[in-house]
Amino acid sequence: MKCFIGIDLGSTTTKAVLMDGNQHILGRGITNSRSNYDTASRVAKQEAVVDTRMTLCRRGLAGAAGLEDGLDDFLGELERSFRLEQFLDQLGDLEATCKTQITGDRFAGVEKEVDAALVAIFDELRDTAPALFAPGAKRKSDFFRDIAGAHYLQVAEKVAKEAGLPYELLLNVYDKSIIDVENRPPSEDLTGKFVDALVRVLAATSGDGRDAGDIEQRVKDALAIELEETFVVGTGYGRVTLPFSKEHIRSEILCHGLGAHMMYPKTRTVLDIGGQDTKGIQVDASGIVENFQMNDRCAAGCGRYLGYIADEMNMGLHELGPMAMKSTRSVRINSTCTVFAGAELRDRLALGENREDILAGLHRAIILRAMSIISRSGGITDQFTFTGGVAKNEAAVRELKKLVQENYGDVTINIDPDSIYTGALGAATFAHRAVEDGAAREGVQA
Amino acid sequence: MSSTESIIARCQALFDDLDFTSAREWKAAEAGRRVVGYMPIYVPREIIHAGGMLPLGIVGGGEQLEVIHGDAYYQSYICRIPRSTIELGVSGRLDFVDGMLFPSICDVIRNLSGMWKLMFPEIYVRYFDVPQNYTDSIGGNYYRNELQELREGLEEMAGIKITDEALRRSIAIYNENRRLVRQVYEYRAKQPWKAPAAEVYLLMRAGLVLPVEEHSQMLQDWLAAVEAEDRPMRDNCRVVLTGLFCEQPPLNLIKSIELSGCYVVDDDLQLVTRWLTADVPQDGDPLENLALAFLHHSESTSAKYEPDEKEKGQYLVRTVQRTGAEGVIFASPSFCDPALLDRPMLQHVLKAANIPYIAFKYAENSGQMQPIREQAGTFADSIKLWSEA
Amino acid sequence: MSTKPQAAQTEVAKDDSMLKQKTMMAGHYERLTSAKETGAKTCSTFVPGNLNELIMCFDLLNNLPEVNAIQAGLRKKSGLYVMESEKLGHSEDVCTYVKSDIGMMAKGNLAPNGKALPDPDVLMLSYTGCFTFMKWFELLREQYKCPTIMLHTPYEGDGKITANMRDYMVKQLKEEVIPTLEEVSGVKFDIDRLREYLKKSALAEDDLVHVLQSAKNKPSPIDAYFGGIYYIGPIFGAFRGTDDAIDYYRTLREEVDARVAAGAGPVTPDGDMGPEKYRLIVEGPPNYTSFRDFWKMFYDEGAVVVASSYTKVGGVYDLGFRHDPDNPLESLADYCLGVYTNRNLPQRVEMLADYVEEYEADGLLINSIKSCNSFSAGQLLIMREVERRTGKPAAFIETDLVDPRYFSPANVKNRLESYFQMVDQKRASATASGVAA
Repeated sequence: MKCFIGIDLGSTTTKAVLMDGNQHILGRGITNSRSNYDTASRVAKQEAVVDTRMTLCRRGLAGAAGLEDGLDDFLGELERSFRLEQFLDQLGDLEATCKTQITGDRFAGVEKEVDAALVAIFDELRDTAPALFAPGAKRKSDFFRDIAGAHYLQVAEKVAKEAGLPYELLLNVYDKSIIDVENRPPSEDLTGKFVDALVRVLAATSGDGRDAGDIEQRVKDALAIELEETFVVGTGYGRVTLPFSKEHIRSEILCHGLGAHMMYPKTRTVLDIGGQDTKGIQVDASGIVENFQMNDRCAAGCGRYLGYIADEMNMGLHELGPMAMKSTRSVRINSTCTVFAGAELRDRLALGENREDILAGLHRAIILRAMSIISRSGGITDQFTFTGGVAKNEAAVRELKKLVQENYGDVTINIDPDSIYTGALGAATFAHRAVEDGAAREGVQA
Repeated sequence: MSSTESIIARCQALFDDLDFTSAREWKAAEAGRRVVGYMPIYVPREIIHAGGMLPLGIVGGGEQLEVIHGDAYYQSYICRIPRSTIELGVSGRLDFVDGMLFPSICDVIRNLSGMWKLMFPEIYVRYFDVPQNYTDSIGGNYYRNELQELREGLEEMAGIKITDEALRRSIAIYNENRRLVRQVYEYRAKQPWKAPAAEVYLLMRAGLVLPVEEHSQMLQDWLAAVEAEDRPMRDNCRVVLTGLFCEQPPLNLIKSIELSGCYVVDDDLQLVTRWLTADVPQDGDPLENLALAFLHHSESTSAKYEPDEKEKGQYLVRTVQRTGAEGVIFASPSFCDPALLDRPMLQHVLKAANIPYIAFKYAENSGQMQPIREQAGTFADSIKLWSEA
Repeated sequence: MSTKPQAAQTEVAKDDSMLKQKTMMAGHYERLTSAKETGAKTCSTFVPGNLNELIMCFDLLNNLPEVNAIQAGLRKKSGLYVMESEKLGHSEDVCTYVKSDIGMMAKGNLAPNGKALPDPDVLMLSYTGCFTFMKWFELLREQYKCPTIMLHTPYEGDGKITANMRDYMVKQLKEEVIPTLEEVSGVKFDIDRLREYLKKSALAEDDLVHVLQSAKNKPSPIDAYFGGIYYIGPIFGAFRGTDDAIDYYRTLREEVDARVAAGAGPVTPDGDMGPEKYRLIVEGPPNYTSFRDFWKMFYDEGAVVVASSYTKVGGVYDLGFRHDPDNPLESLADYCLGVYTNRNLPQRVEMLADYVEEYEADGLLINSIKSCNSFSAGQLLIMREVERRTGKPAAFIETDLVDPRYFSPANVKNRLESYFQMVDQKRASATASGVAA
């Protein structure tokens, strides 16, 4: 079938959205951005394809005997099983790559020991992998580099101690390898992994009234549907580096505007706060950008600022919002300058202000900057849509709601949990339009 | 008799009030009253006063004002005072102001006059130009005509006549106010431990929003009260603050300087309260008198041209000598063109006169005082060591 | 992205006018740098309020620090100069023209021909439209200890020139400027000589206006911003009132007329521009340190600038002003009073909005310059107002004059691309609704 794909190459994550000819979203994919943009966009695209296959499986399995009530559970199992396959595959690649690093003076005389240590580490990683993808297992991140990295470091420390090897050696091997592994194009054999995953799931659940043969056939049919890449549009911060020709590139401003319109057709104003920039966008009734403003040269008040604060406080980025929510009185923070953020923070802490209140003030400061950018782009008209990484932060959302109310009165505020895909959705829609408009034009000419 | 504490408490309340309640109340007290706002550096308040109107000094939003819409009008490399001034305007805090004057201080405030015309078309807006030529028949003549235009503009706005007689009366009242302001400054230069910089600052800020007669009374009361009180003297050095003639520093910054061991014995904050350095003659043509006073008896500052190269910056040296200061602190708002372009020249003059100095920048909402405390403290220590050596 | 091989770039034909300008500029720098040997005296002054005709009346050579800073920027030397003056204690916050000039002095004050510029014999401080000029010449005066003449131009706060302003300026000219110039030069002032020069100025001004207004054609034969900067060079610099300027503008006018007749677009550093896709009005000075890269971002997209405010910074001739030999001093006063940056914000809005209409532009682009508050403070409101009045979209980018640290190509390109795509989208939807209707 015809597929239209949008890829949003952000500074921290790369997103992809895949839609069909009727503009229905079939799949979404996300991965961490990396030095090789091409790989990042391929991985994101592949993830969207995986998600699409799951959607097609869901459609194909509708009405399958013995799955009447258990479809969700079954699909969950299938996906976890697939993810495990995928993880093991990447782990194999990482292990092979690590082993090639054991050369040079650093390893002189301990090559064998390091090799043995790597075998021990990766055996353990493989043994513990299924637990990572067990039902209800909590993962801090779904990106391979994060999962594998965290576990490798844990296990390597233990193994290094037992083997009497310097931990740095094993660390060095990993650091060098992960970059190579990350920047290699992903392996393409999805169908094989899905089939392996399916076999495993069916084996584990045999004898619970399911018609395994029927299910297997239906899944295989879903996997056999050809997904034709009809048109791809790239957008985002790294779009210029994509190996795409001009007609396949759109500015992220336009994509964000259109993406927000697709999610909420009544949207007139969009605020996107990403890692490096904040955008205020005004769109018309059909999602066409009327006006936009971005933060100026400095990244004051963008998501990156929260990153600095988190580092400064030794906290995870996702912990900032909840802590700020505990505040009882907000401290006024005047500087949204990332350079001064740390200093101001220390100053405040030294003055005896408590962390919750300072954080509440910081969140307010960020949103104040964003409000200025919106104001610059022409203010807020009903409806207002908030997107980007910071839209996931409840403390930021709380301040935004307050400030919108104070400055613009009662306005409907849309925040979609999947708002991180807004830009990619806009790009996919542009991909669809490029073909449809072209077809329409040809129709006119004919 | 009121104590300094109660007087300063009132000033602090006026300072904190971004809604200008006292000016609003003054206006509401009688039908037909008018309020004319003005920005730094200087406007001839006598003309406004002579028309029965209240001149209202508007010097930004300070550190308490959250600036949202004001930021929408300015790039990051422009100082903060125009942003917060716009914020005051668009948030309705100046909705009782009938006219706005934008003095000739720099390109930012100059352009703000035109922005104000576009944004608030219903009020009287004037860019108030002053001469950079100090010859009576040239700059003086031009300026007298400008004053006359201002007078006519205000008359038209308020539907009144501003007579010469009324102007002379207002000149006399402002002469007295300036005398009292100078007294406060002289008093502080002599006994800075009795007149903390932040208190003197708040006293002068009150002069921007109160009717001048009330402010003069306040100054008299304070001078009497401070004389009757005793405060401990600290082993501080004495400094002159310069470069703060437009965007105001946070009150905490002024306090921090003094807490770090530097008594402020002179400054260029609120220059409008003492811009004219001698009494303006009360007889003859009042506008001509105001014009000549501006030409020959007004403060020097970075926003004014210095026609004589040998005189460049000497005013600062004279201030240091007159007040017995031991050093100069250059504190200027970030992105302040007049202050920052002038600074190297003034520093050369101080160097030649063997006067030590330090320099830093601020914004009206600067949150961090630690670096400033450290700098000022080190400066105080070095001056003490240097004078003992 | 079409990047031409180096060989092709050098083959771009130079028009006669370009060659002529090169020769004029080289000659001028030669005269300046050999002033010591020839005994000629020099006068430094500014582009806005540049009184070249008056300066020539005293046989003084006109040296323009702004132009020197631009030259340093174009030749990628300004970054070093700016840093040098920051080392000398100048703030990172202030105008980079000033800092480039101060840094250049510290580094030997070399002209583009590699020879040292002479110390000025007089500083003609025509304080017009920009506060920084006053400080700049106070700084130079401190350095050179030479006579300095203040000519204060009042600002058009109410959007008009009043009799009081004009009288004030004429008085300054008569009673202070001219006597000091006589004293410095030893040449007696002759008002008929001034009239003669002003007559020549007006001739060149006519042709300049014709050239700038040729951009009303579709396609526009010129780029009125990037190209315009070359076109205003002689008249905003040391050539207004000379025969050279008359010849130059006559030649340029003929070239432009020929391009109109041929239906040709502008000439770019890479040769003829492709099809005209976007017509823009630009507000604000350009960036000089990456001038070519900056321009390329436009012509690669098929964007041509049809009118700009920067080309009015040394005089607004297209709105009718001409130097007038019958009222020489008044006419100099009116010239200074009327330069673009001496006009108030409502006037600037009106002018830009009119340009959008008259030149049938797709919208307004603002290049906001960090150094220049005179231009920049208020541009965001200008943008809003022009959008409101014309219904055409505007865009905002930020760079600097001659400080390379403030030119971020990726950032500028991103905004330009977004803007052009936005214009495309609007057009497409306009056509679609047009079709539907």
